[in-house]
Amino acid sequence: MLFTSYEFIGFAMLLLIAYYCCPKKYQWVLLLMFSCAFYYIAGPVYLIYIFITIITTYFAACMIEKNADRQSEYLKIHKAEMSKEEKKSYKLHEKHIRAGWKIGCIVINIGILAVVKYADFLIDNANSILTSFGYTGKLSFASLALPLGISFYTLQAIGYLIDVYRGTVRAERNLFKFALFISFFPQLIQGPISRFDSLSKTLYSGHTFDIKTVSYGLQRVLWGFFKKVVIADRILAGVQTIIGDIQTYNGAYAFVGMIFYTIELYADFTGGIDITIGIAQSLGITVQENFIRPYFSKSLKEYWRRWHISMCNWFRDYIFYPVSSSRLIQKVSKFSRKKFSAAIGKHLPIYISSFVVWFATGIWHGASWNFIVWGLANWFVLMVSEELEPVYLRFHNRFHLNTNFLYRLYLIGRTVMLVCCLNMFDCYSSVSDTLTAFGSMFTASNWHIIWDGALLNIGLTMADYCILLAGIILLIAVSAAGRSGGVRDKISMKPYPVRLCIWFGLFLIVIIMGAYGVGYDASQFIYNRF
Amino acid sequence: MKQKRKVLIKIILTTAVVFGILFLLQRLLMPKYVNDVVEGAFIAEYYQEENKDFDVIFVGDCEVYENFSPVKLWQEYGINSYIRGSAEQYIWQSYYILEDTLRYSMPDAVIFNIQSLQFNESQSEAYNRMTLEGMKWSSSKVNAILASMKEDENFLDYVFPILRYHSRWSELTFDDVKYMFSSKKVTHNGYYMRVDVKPAENVPAGRPLTDYSFGDKAWKYLKMMTELCEENGITLVLIKAPSLYPYWYDQWDEQVKDYAEENNLMYINFLELIDEIGIDYKTDTYDAGLHMNLSGAEKLSVYLGRILSEEIGIPDRRGDEELSAIWEQNIEDYEAEKERQYKYYGIQAE
Repeated sequence: MLFTSYEFIGFAMLLLIAYYCCPKKYQWVLLLMFSCAFYYIAGPVYLIYIFITIITTYFAACMIEKNADRQSEYLKIHKAEMSKEEKKSYKLHEKHIRAGWKIGCIVINIGILAVVKYADFLIDNANSILTSFGYTGKLSFASLALPLGISFYTLQAIGYLIDVYRGTVRAERNLFKFALFISFFPQLIQGPISRFDSLSKTLYSGHTFDIKTVSYGLQRVLWGFFKKVVIADRILAGVQTIIGDIQTYNGAYAFVGMIFYTIELYADFTGGIDITIGIAQSLGITVQENFIRPYFSKSLKEYWRRWHISMCNWFRDYIFYPVSSSRLIQKVSKFSRKKFSAAIGKHLPIYISSFVVWFATGIWHGASWNFIVWGLANWFVLMVSEELEPVYLRFHNRFHLNTNFLYRLYLIGRTVMLVCCLNMFDCYSSVSDTLTAFGSMFTASNWHIIWDGALLNIGLTMADYCILLAGIILLIAVSAAGRSGGVRDKISMKPYPVRLCIWFGLFLIVIIMGAYGVGYDASQFIYNRF
Repeated sequence: MKQKRKVLIKIILTTAVVFGILFLLQRLLMPKYVNDVVEGAFIAEYYQEENKDFDVIFVGDCEVYENFSPVKLWQEYGINSYIRGSAEQYIWQSYYILEDTLRYSMPDAVIFNIQSLQFNESQSEAYNRMTLEGMKWSSSKVNAILASMKEDENFLDYVFPILRYHSRWSELTFDDVKYMFSSKKVTHNGYYMRVDVKPAENVPAGRPLTDYSFGDKAWKYLKMMTELCEENGITLVLIKAPSLYPYWYDQWDEQVKDYAEENNLMYINFLELIDEIGIDYKTDTYDAGLHMNLSGAEKLSVYLGRILSEEIGIPDRRGDEELSAIWEQNIEDYEAEKERQYKYYGIQAE
């Protein structure tokens, strides 16, 4: 069930009505029922996968917490009679038990993800290796269907488990409430990857119908639809034409395709998240923001603090920190300090941990080499930027550029172009295609296509370009307006007829200028694939 | 109290404005079928008839609405008839359109052209639209939509056509504004007139098929149509119009003959009666044998009219003053259109 399908709209509307008709005490039960129904509609078999994740994570978290509580209790009782060494040894023993639960649960869940998502990728690589060694036989592909949202809910479950292990959140003792945390359907499709302490605050509590909350939520949903069906799905035709034939569409076409893909990805992903957050908000549930005007960033580092925030935070908290503080990395750091220099010893743990994080980010996005290379390319640029930071700082201070508007604009433009280039790796289906297309931008001499009307032959008409241009200007304007406070708050201060014109006008734009229905290819949200 | 009334007025006004604008936009964006592709207007025209008490109803695809002239049937035999046909009208659509027609009047005879038996599923969304959108909302229309929808179609798009036609905003013409609320008549009791001539030459032979059996769905609706007519005491006549193409296979003909015999139905294959009717494919078709032109349609109507009045006993209603007045106007429109087309195509009127 796609966010933009009539079925989903009907499903969400039905939930909204039922939710506020339901006694507050049971609203979360209703949400769980709808989430299960949503998952069942997506594919009854997929329920097995999510059930396994729910059950294993629930029990592992409970066992970890039980053990931690028992440990505290035991130490409290036997405080006087135990020596320091005994306490230490007891704590270590108990910690190993908890770690066992944690690792066991992670292995099961990552194992499921690895099998369903990466089996064919591994088989494909194994076949390539076998062929290079002269073997003619080939391993057959597993061709397993990817359960809806598995990449998102697996990370969410693991995040929760580690938080319980670290003692930063208490384990949820009600299995069904925990099941709702994992399966809450608006975020199943493309995230965000919620934290238990943040989502649970509003997920389980009852909510009374509040016109402002509901209308704000629906306004956010409408804005998401605008991004998705008016911009992303419209520009999709052009992107598909260009990336579908790299021999014909090279040089300037590749450049146009690169820009179009970045626009599509932004409108598609942020539009989907707007719909998720909007639905949750209309139910009185707060889902964390996943984007803060990413294309206003002045560096790639800043961009990654503003783009897909929940994913970046997850990788930071559950991979970067544990890896960088691991004994092995500390040893490497110590060794480097001794053998090379203090600076290298200081930076090496960051480089290695970042490498692991970006490798994981890349492969999480998709089971193919282009995603891995995309992740590592991001890592490389970030590390180079990190190293050059002192140089930039000196340069900025020398010429007082940080306060210069045009220079800041240049920095934003540079970041946008950098992101566009990096996005090419996940736009084209292989690394070699990406490099061919990227290289052609510098060798082909077909830049005249930008103004000679050739761009009208890539599946987009003049009317499409006009809509896209107007839509992108509106996106930028709304983003800019959002810097000084919520746009919906500002609109809500206007007189009623103005508000009606704005929201009904946006509704009409979505209805009339949206690229949907018969005649358009129903396109899935890009992040559904992950 | 005053505050409550204010809120209520606000809600009513907002609802009126929102739905009013949506309705206007929907009317504006829907295709008007007044020029070029006019086939989409046929089904809806029926409802404009002031007197729907027809004795004969034709149902079927282009092989009925281009090959038979109700005006000629009236002029020659006083048969009061109407054609409820549209482009590539599938048999399940014909069934539900007949069911819909019976809500307004009970004819003595129903003429069904069996060409559409070859289809077991809808072939094109565009043809579905042209047939179904013209129907007035009723359980028949709902069932017709459900029976016709292709995989990529959605029922909601039929309920709110703006969701289907929203993308027409960039191709709107003055006609879309002019015919927003009214439409010009394009048929003569369902007959779509063409007077031009394109002789039938080199008609392609039918390519052999792997399976000549009609599909289950097609049979199901033919049986339903037979039962519906039986229940209502209507004589069902199956016909195959003398269109040379799409090819009508002997194997298909055999199946229809057998069915008609089993169910005591009259079946007329006009392809076997071409000489008797006097059809000349050099002069009586406007598109090389696919459809009759006015000359061919009138010859065919004269032939069928005799069967209807002599063999089935359809009454001569020329004595009915009210009907005569209506038909007088119909004939006037018919003659005017004939003249207009003769002039347009540069043809000397007979």
